Amino acid sequence: MTLQSAIRTVGSSIRNIRASSLLGWGVLVAFLVLPCLVLAQGAATQAMSVEYRDIPGIGSRNVIWFIAQQHLLLAGFVLGVPLFAWVCEIVGWKTKEPRYDKLAKEFTKLLTSAYATTALFGGILLFLLIGLYPKLMAYLTDIFYPTFVAYSILFLLETAVLYLYWYGWDSMQGNKKGFHLFLGFLLNLFAFFIMIIPNSWATFQASPVVVADGTALERAWAAMWNPTWWPVNIHRFIANVVLGGFICGAYAGVRYLLAVSREEREHYDWMGYVGNFIGVFGMLPLPFAGYWLMREIYQYNQQMGITLMGGFLAWLFILQAMLIGVLFLGANYYFWMGISYRIPGVAQSYKKPILAMLIVLMVSLAVWMTPHTLVASLQEAQQMGGAHHPLLGVFGVMSAKMTVANLMILVTFMSFIMYWRAGKQETAPWAKIAKAIMGGVLAVAAITIVVLGVWGYFVPALFRINTLSVAQVLIVLFILVTFTPLTAVLLKSAKTTTEMVWGQMPVRSGYTLVSNAVMVILLMSLMGYARSSSRVHWHVYGVLRDTSEYAYSPALGYAAALMSLNTFFFCLLVAFIFWVATMGDKSQAPSKESPQKVEPGLTPVMAGGSPSSGGKGGVQDNR
Amino acid sequence: MRNLLAILKHSLSISAIVLVGIFVFLKWVLPLFTAPLPMSLIGLYVALTFSALMIFYTMSGASLEEFMGPIHRFLVGEGQEGVAKIARLLLLILFPLLVGWQTYTSLAPSDFPPAESRTIHPAPPGEFVGLANPLQPTEANIQIGKGIYASRCSPCHGSNFDGKGTAAPGFNPPPANFRDSGTIAQLQESFLFWRIKKGGVGLPIEGKPWKSAMPRWEVELTDKQVWQVIMGEYDGAGQSPRTWEEEE
Ligand code: HEC
Repeated sequence: MTLQSAIRTVGSSIRNIRASSLLGWGVLVAFLVLPCLVLAQGAATQAMSVEYRDIPGIGSRNVIWFIAQQHLLLAGFVLGVPLFAWVCEIVGWKTKEPRYDKLAKEFTKLLTSAYATTALFGGILLFLLIGLYPKLMAYLTDIFYPTFVAYSILFLLETAVLYLYWYGWDSMQGNKKGFHLFLGFLLNLFAFFIMIIPNSWATFQASPVVVADGTALERAWAAMWNPTWWPVNIHRFIANVVLGGFICGAYAGVRYLLAVSREEREHYDWMGYVGNFIGVFGMLPLPFAGYWLMREIYQYNQQMGITLMGGFLAWLFILQAMLIGVLFLGANYYFWMGISYRIPGVAQSYKKPILAMLIVLMVSLAVWMTPHTLVASLQEAQQMGGAHHPLLGVFGVMSAKMTVANLMILVTFMSFIMYWRAGKQETAPWAKIAKAIMGGVLAVAAITIVVLGVWGYFVPALFRINTLSVAQVLIVLFILVTFTPLTAVLLKSAKTTTEMVWGQMPVRSGYTLVSNAVMVILLMSLMGYARSSSRVHWHVYGVLRDTSEYAYSPALGYAAALMSLNTFFFCLLVAFIFWVATMGDKSQAPSKESPQKVEPGLTPVMAGGSPSSGGKGGVQDNR
Repeated sequence: MRNLLAILKHSLSISAIVLVGIFVFLKWVLPLFTAPLPMSLIGLYVALTFSALMIFYTMSGASLEEFMGPIHRFLVGEGQEGVAKIARLLLLILFPLLVGWQTYTSLAPSDFPPAESRTIHPAPPGEFVGLANPLQPTEANIQIGKGIYASRCSPCHGSNFDGKGTAAPGFNPPPANFRDSGTIAQLQESFLFWRIKKGGVGLPIEGKPWKSAMPRWEVELTDKQVWQVIMGEYDGAGQSPRTWEEEE
């Protein structure tokens, strides 16, 4: 591609951008920055006089909680989706399959409206914070002022790139695709920095470092490099991929349930598959990132670690185990249904391995969900001799949890490999040996993980954490990074015995996809609460005390209600964004959805659809 | 005979057998070997089993039909005669009653205290975090510590450090069992220092609602003695404290 043609392309894409929307962005960003500047000047004098303002009836903390959570979820969405789109675009470019490119474009289209909504909530959050928590904001502005400027500049760059990326999609096909992919890279690069700058503010609140004297830039830089900054960056980055993937899956699931024509069913079935795939792929390394974060927290401040993992927030981690468990089950269930519905004739031969995986998954889940301190009535506690069960108490400690988490990741990965290989017959002469070796390695890995886990009970905690747990993680990672390419090579020479059939999945697959997305959103709301309430009555842990009337931790039930509200509202928002973004499609192609084209017997039936009442039930057709 | 086998092999009967089997095992068989399980845990395990069965039998169209078909036909009740008809009617009457009874029992007042979740190891107050034991782990210090333990602590925590002291049965929550991997092996010395000095009354709100009988020893013992008794405790229970820094 010549430089000239690239410039021309950029030029033509810029012309495509509606000037008004760019202006709108400019104004919005200015709005975001200006108050900070004013605040920085007046911080010392004015803000100190009013430390807090309240919103009567609702409470300032609840308002901030709600808005911040919405903003964060939206931000996760608009950072996850470009990654997702970009990867799809690369895959489409490499495999020359246009449907990937189409999928990538379909999702980029969402970005423009999603982006505006995110910025909107960001703006509201900032105004509210300045209004309701002036003391805290003055303090943070004093330290982080230079990062605000960087943040605003990044925002401008990101917006410009996003417009080029989206509006230039069609004009940058063919030999200009390389440049378009580069734009996609830039988009994600800026997005990453847009994520990590606010992360530094939030992590500083949780794990502040001593900020020595120096220039404003030096102080901000020192404050950014606090102990939990990078663990949170990595954790959030991966989690955003998961969120993007599962939301894409949920979107496909809903569209699949609503689809009337065969093409639509096939397309959205496939899209759901891709979304679930990316979500699962991100989910596999996520627990490791979480583990690293927890370790950093423990090392930074033991008290905070205990509050989170053993103290009053410990129950959140039981809830977390349940949600993650449902997510793992949902993802695997979807894979397994895919085997029996999309690949005709193989269901019977996969019954046994699936049963085995299901049992391992369930036993792991049971161990993971067993709390260390049990909920027991007085009578039961007396029989047990305390709140620890003499036998099952061993499931309550970290060694057991780490072990089963690793096993669950392994099983999910095997589900995925199994799905990948289903319906194909390896022809390479060494395929048999390779498969045997892989099976052997897997068995050894699983046994080793369990042995290391049991060993963990008999050694000091430090050895367990630094050596045994790390070894477990490395084993799983080793399996992930060796088995994926190996299977790919194996399947290169494979001949397909049964073609995958799209559009045959039952209704419950659509619901599974939606449930997975809801679980991820709930999880993010739950752990977001855990992260910020681990600071207890501090704005900035150990430095700036919360002296407002809300300096207490709400009861867990109350917190759970707010988390549910946040999840619900966010789902509404996402549905709205999807609706707005797809409104154009419908008016363009009205004939496509005319009822005449409905294939007889292909209409999915809602959940209550009867399995045996006549031939119209989705379940029967898809048998 | 063959008929019976076919019925037993049906996915519905397998599910029923597995569910009942798990419940019987957890509720009555397991307690033969160890302490009985609290109902909250049994409920959790049974629920997990139930979802596993549901997942397994709804994986393909055929298994779904085998599993749900009979239930569906039974509930719809088309063309039912005799026993089946009466059974269906009974179920339709009894099921709502069961739900009502459940609701009643969970709301009706009872003389048992509700199931409690107590945080056994709440976060210590800031001033106790990160304290290091100033004493060397010499034989003398450990022996002095064990001596204090024998006179002050063993009535409750047991002379074998297993929480089975002579006075232990009288307390709820029971005195901690130091041999258990879930107590002092999980904790840092500074945590013990806090717990021993401040006792049950020094627990933060989240450590409630049970009244802990653990005395606050700050009046009777000097700081030095507390550190000594900590060393004696770890030594006697065969545990070592949790550390975060690399040991040299
Ligand atoms: C009156 C009986 C009694 C005596 C005497 C007693 N304790 Fe305790 N102790 C308890 C009870 C009950 C608990 C468990 C409830 C709790 O955590 O407060 C406990 C808990 C503890 C714990 C906390 C363990 C954990 O896992 O959190 C430590 C440490 C401890 N005792 C040390 C001692 C030492 C050392 C002595 C002697 C100086 C001592 N206790 C004397 C009743 C007693």
